[in-house]
Amino acid sequence: MAFRDGPFENLKVPLAWTAAVVVVVAIIGAALLLIGDRQTADGNSTFSGARGGFEAAAGPVGGVLAAPVRWVGSVGDAIGGYFFAVSENRRLKARIAELEGWKTDAIAMKNVNARYEALLGLRTEPAIPMVAAHAISETRGPFKNAKLIDVGAAKGVRIGNPVMDENGLVGRVSGVTGGVSRMVLLTDVASRTPVLIDRTDARAVLTGDGSDNPRLEFVRGAGALQVGDRILTSGDGGGLPRGIPVGVAAKGRDGSWRVKLFSDRGAIDYVRVLLFQDFGQLVNPGALNAPPLAGLSTAPEPTAAQAAAIGDAAARRQAQAQNQADRARAANAAAAAAAPVSTPPPARPPQAQTAPVPAPAAQTPTPQAPASTPTLAPEDER
Amino acid sequence: MRRPVAVRVVGPLQWVVYPSLAAIAATIVLGTPIQLFGLNLPEPVFPMVLAFSWPLIRPSMVAAAMLFALGLFLDLFWGGPLGLWPLCLMAVYGILLVSRNLLAGHEGLIRFGWYLATTLGAFLLAYVVVAALAGNAPSIYALIGQIAPTLILYPIANWMLERFDDGDIRFR
Repeated sequence: MAFRDGPFENLKVPLAWTAAVVVVVAIIGAALLLIGDRQTADGNSTFSGARGGFEAAAGPVGGVLAAPVRWVGSVGDAIGGYFFAVSENRRLKARIAELEGWKTDAIAMKNVNARYEALLGLRTEPAIPMVAAHAISETRGPFKNAKLIDVGAAKGVRIGNPVMDENGLVGRVSGVTGGVSRMVLLTDVASRTPVLIDRTDARAVLTGDGSDNPRLEFVRGAGALQVGDRILTSGDGGGLPRGIPVGVAAKGRDGSWRVKLFSDRGAIDYVRVLLFQDFGQLVNPGALNAPPLAGLSTAPEPTAAQAAAIGDAAARRQAQAQNQADRARAANAAAAAAAPVSTPPPARPPQAQTAPVPAPAAQTPTPQAPASTPTLAPEDER
Repeated sequence: MRRPVAVRVVGPLQWVVYPSLAAIAATIVLGTPIQLFGLNLPEPVFPMVLAFSWPLIRPSMVAAAMLFALGLFLDLFWGGPLGLWPLCLMAVYGILLVSRNLLAGHEGLIRFGWYLATTLGAFLLAYVVVAALAGNAPSIYALIGQIAPTLILYPIANWMLERFDDGDIRFR
């Protein structure tokens, strides 16, 4: 018996009701997706597999569909460059003249800084390897500010890597597949970046809100911030290297402190991914994970020559300390003997007054032990 | 003798699938990271047009399911919380599905007023969800910067209603 001959032949389901059922089920599904989309401990999201697969496919497709737009953009740039070449040339010449002085200062300061680092034995951060990337697509809305870039785990990119353009910090990598990565911009509503104010070294947190100029929050210290102050990454927390330029402080329309990002000076199409994870890559992880004072139980026994040298050094230190203590005691005794006595001296016979009196031994000049001389702390001197 | 009359059937391919593909393509194209004359490209929510026009054209399970898929596409392409735009688009679709009898026969300002109200409602819902998830309220200026281009798309929604509403003679 065919289906149309059966009892369901004249069954008609209202379209509105079936659509309403789909709507209710879809809303419940969307709510469950929202609740279930959480960030895991390694920085991935619960649906990172789905996101990664989609982004791996969307990268090439987006590149093809965006080609005409890029072409139009390059034509616009060419037209603008043609008509504004003279004014641009003047501006660049003035800029070069201004930067020549800075260049000289920078060379001198770099030299002095290197000498200081060598003298003080500072452990400076090693050079950070970088990977150049091309932005494929961009999200600029109030709810998400992100970009897809065409490098991924195959080139060593990992979640958390900072991303810069030629002007300054842009954001950090939030998701990685083999050949495509997603980076969250500093302007994203979920972005938090520890920064410092270059002039005062005060700390703050750069908080994105979807606008072009992220907010500066938790600024510590009165007068720590002025309009025009340069903002750099502080490196606090270890997620970013210290000193990457971020932007310039400014007052927002709502009265809050905001940052005009250096990366806003042009389109963010080519970027560099810093293959920097955290401070853990700068040191030996095994040494960091060793228990405190682990060397006491693991160091080898000294050789006979080392033991003799150690004993000799200890004996020398002990003799030197004993010598200093003796000198200090002698100086104190001499000071006590030379102090004026308030009671009158006893009467002496006349011949005794004319007889030569040997000078007391304490009056002879003796070397003062450095430890016995009173010194003033700098506060006391003031 | 009656002549055979060619009946043009407007099926789901015409009013559901093709507009969906167009919305996806437009979203990808406007996601290009370039600046034209110093300005970024706008980023409207193209599926909002479909969420407004589809329930008024005809209630359909296929359209509702496709709208859900479009919302998922937006979340995946834009990198937002998964489920955000499906929720907002389905909310718009559901409200218009319930109130389509009220809107029947209305045109012009009243229709635009409904488009404005439902769009603002969807963005308000998205704003609340994102603020709750991120623990940080998005900028109102940035919000307006996405609402305005979405509202400008109203003529497309109006054209779809004029073109496809009552277009399938099987539903007369």
